[in-house]
Amino acid sequence: MLRFIGARLLQSLVALAIISVVVFALARATGDPLYLILPMSASPEDFENARRYLGLDRPYLEQYLSFVGRAVTGDFGNSLRARRPVSELIRERLPNSLRLAVFAMGVSLAMAFPLGVMAAVRKGTGLDRFAQVVSVLGQSLPTFWVAILLVEFVAGRLQWLPAGGIQGFSSYVLPGFTLGWFVVAGLMRLLRSGMLEVLDSEYVKLARVKGVGEGRVVWLHALKNALIPVITFAGIYFAILVTTAIVVETVFAWPGLGRLAYEGISSRDFPVIQAVVLTTAAIVAAVNLCVDCLYALIDPRIRYAR
Amino acid sequence: MPSSPVPEPAAARPVVDVRGLRTHLVTRWGTVKAVDGVSFQVAEGETLGLVGESGSGKSMTCLSLLRLVPRPAARILGGEVWLDGENLLTKSEREMRAIRGRRIGMILQDPMSSLNPVFSIGMQMREPVALYHRLRGRALTARAAELLAAVRIPAPAERLRAFPHQLSGGMRQRVVGAMAIAAPPRLLIADEPTTSLDLTIQAQYLGLLEELQDRHRLALVFVTHNLGIVARICDRVAVMYAGRIVEMGPVRRLFTRPAHPYTRALIESIPRLGARASRLTAVEGQPPDLAHLPAGCAFAPRCPSVMERCRVEAPPETVVEAGHVTRCWLEAPDGPPPPGAGPPG
Amino acid sequence: MPAEPGALTLPEVEPAVPAVAARRRLRLPLFPLAMILVFVAAALAAPLLPLPDPTAQSLRARFKPPAWAEGGSHEHLLGTDRLGRDLLSRIVWGARVSLAAGVVTVLVASAFGAAVGLAAGYYGGRIDALLMRITDATLSFPVILLALILAVTVGPSFTNVVVAIAVILWARYARVIRGQVLTLMQLDFVAQARLAGAGAWRIIMRHLLPNTLGTLLVLVTLQIGYVIIVEASLSFLGAGIPPPTPAWGSMIAEGRDVVTIAWWVSLFPGLAILLVVLAFNLLGDWLRDTFDPKLRQL
Repeated sequence: MLRFIGARLLQSLVALAIISVVVFALARATGDPLYLILPMSASPEDFENARRYLGLDRPYLEQYLSFVGRAVTGDFGNSLRARRPVSELIRERLPNSLRLAVFAMGVSLAMAFPLGVMAAVRKGTGLDRFAQVVSVLGQSLPTFWVAILLVEFVAGRLQWLPAGGIQGFSSYVLPGFTLGWFVVAGLMRLLRSGMLEVLDSEYVKLARVKGVGEGRVVWLHALKNALIPVITFAGIYFAILVTTAIVVETVFAWPGLGRLAYEGISSRDFPVIQAVVLTTAAIVAAVNLCVDCLYALIDPRIRYAR
Repeated sequence: MPSSPVPEPAAARPVVDVRGLRTHLVTRWGTVKAVDGVSFQVAEGETLGLVGESGSGKSMTCLSLLRLVPRPAARILGGEVWLDGENLLTKSEREMRAIRGRRIGMILQDPMSSLNPVFSIGMQMREPVALYHRLRGRALTARAAELLAAVRIPAPAERLRAFPHQLSGGMRQRVVGAMAIAAPPRLLIADEPTTSLDLTIQAQYLGLLEELQDRHRLALVFVTHNLGIVARICDRVAVMYAGRIVEMGPVRRLFTRPAHPYTRALIESIPRLGARASRLTAVEGQPPDLAHLPAGCAFAPRCPSVMERCRVEAPPETVVEAGHVTRCWLEAPDGPPPPGAGPPG
Repeated sequence: MPAEPGALTLPEVEPAVPAVAARRRLRLPLFPLAMILVFVAAALAAPLLPLPDPTAQSLRARFKPPAWAEGGSHEHLLGTDRLGRDLLSRIVWGARVSLAAGVVTVLVASAFGAAVGLAAGYYGGRIDALLMRITDATLSFPVILLALILAVTVGPSFTNVVVAIAVILWARYARVIRGQVLTLMQLDFVAQARLAGAGAWRIIMRHLLPNTLGTLLVLVTLQIGYVIIVEASLSFLGAGIPPPTPAWGSMIAEGRDVVTIAWWVSLFPGLAILLVVLAFNLLGDWLRDTFDPKLRQL
């Protein structure tokens, strides 16, 4: 089991390394940031000084290595625009993004599980059809459009919930729902099809033959088997939630990682861009690792495979 | 042991008495009469073999006894199923749940898929035992281990911690057997339990079943398509075709003097060592299309002794001898066939 | 009576492909097909339709509500935006952009991804491991961030949107196709082709690829909707198709500030996105159910 975790950890690190190279190259490719930082009246000399000060005149390889070296210790340098350590910025914004993602994920799971399981158990009935409509709509609605409409109608006209920023728990609701909507759709459909397959299996038949109550048959015997692909996708969806929150954060003025990235990109702030992408990738890798471990915990066939 | 036609006192009443059971299945090809008026009895300690091609209705009959037919496509339409004097078809779902496992046990065909892969053997054994005997904790685990020992599984206490994928097919089938007799039940249904096992293990498993049956005085319904197994462990045999029992009687009788052409064809198709046959004979023709059965006897299209009457009218159940019945116009008691029906062919 | 070909003895076991049943079961998904047809036709025929110029501004006609609301007129069926441009016309022209982006991106990504998947599955071993490493790394790269970076680097344009999305999307195809190829490789016909002396190219093109086309078709259809939404999100953020070309995403962004007084400016483009994506998703679902139910997990 440990070897399994070790191998996966190594894989994640390799992936992160590849990403760091890519993002390093890309950030450099976004153009010379100095034009945005220095005032119009700056002389060529000022440019030279600024360049040397920021270490932008050293060869690329050196820049990359020093970048990696410091990144490993959590030092991403200073934001070119805000003149503050990037790690500080990230420390401020990351928790907001994570909290929103966790909230959205929680809401999605709470809705997807009952819907998905009951849709399978009551296949063909009104509930099943309703679930299928929810599912297909969830994957077809453009989130930012829904967000705008929600802000207008629920926050603006009805004044039930706040329109933006973080002002306590109620602020999480609208952005959380907007983000999590399509996760509900995807997970619910996965659960439904997984349950349908499992409910037809021989071991479920045997459980019934033994006289086990129907509730236990569905929620214990069947569900645990249907969970396996669901967990994999839940991990993927969580990663998607963290990485595509940028749109929702923009609409709801949510001070998170996504907005930080947006600001960083528009102001060509290398250190910020690099840090955000790496952080995001690290989160995704960590989530995938957890998912794999959870997977092994649930399915004994994987645990004892070696 | 042949069942006698003389009315029995309650003590010798059959454990299970099925009368006119009918189960229909709705498919996209039409409505299939999977079980079409099936009647049989099994006494304590007796083994009834249920034989037929795939699709003949054997498994559906067993599921009907447990009222576990796949809904909503399948529905039990009528008949009576008496288990120790109670009609199961009138029971509520909750009452049936109390009966399943406790009074009727079942062994499914494929051991590789009948155990839940994500739960340990221990969990799957403890669950029914806790359900039937209200045991807990160490007593529960001890009883589960005892059951495993009863089916001759070595090191039962360790096996409880194992998972199904760590066991061989033969072992898994023993576990399933242990679950089936956990109560112990009155009736045990074995649906082709050895079909998926290696030949060498099959004989062992049959021996185990016989032992369990003796010990608990079980009524055993053994579903199979293998006549060799029938000869070995069954007392009586019921041959099914297209949802009906076409012949039923003591094993020896059916093998030596089969009354129904289908049974005869089945027996003749068994290759015999030493017999000088130039070719193997098989049952002629195609299996029936269950959604569109012909009028009259379902076997008529393939019957070597078919008569005009067979195509028109379905034959009723006729008694050939005490304890031996069949559905065939050849054995019908009502005189010679009507004029116009020529020699068989 | 001889048994019908494909008819069963006991329908507990599903037959492989029952000819009789298939004929009876084929219910074409009319709604999605019709919807897609309408949008594609409108997009292709846009220059020929009797619509006002989508870029024509008119300060007098600013913020006109749709024809059925108070103050609306038949001149502008769906109303006008901040600059007096006709909404219906802009939506129709925006369809060209979205559909083109969706189709082109998906075709490029699937071609490349399928190639990688086929190679990885066929050669196996170290090549497979290497390709899958790269695929996994790619899969975890956030699409929108990459597109934003490109937009800021090289400037927003149609090509950039396609490239940005395709560069990450191919990994999805590679994974799925590789899985399929692995299964196919177990089958006998590949071994037979090898024994007959067929080379790698021949085996891949003649034996493996045709068997994955069904899966590819399903994936492609399901992904078009996703790409359209991503393109719209990018345009919404200002990193997609640049003005003055009408794009649904940027139209929604423009209408965002005035949604209280002119709700139609944001509503209708979003509705268009919803309908098109819905249609593609429904079509993709039907394709998957018909050709390869094993893809349920997608």
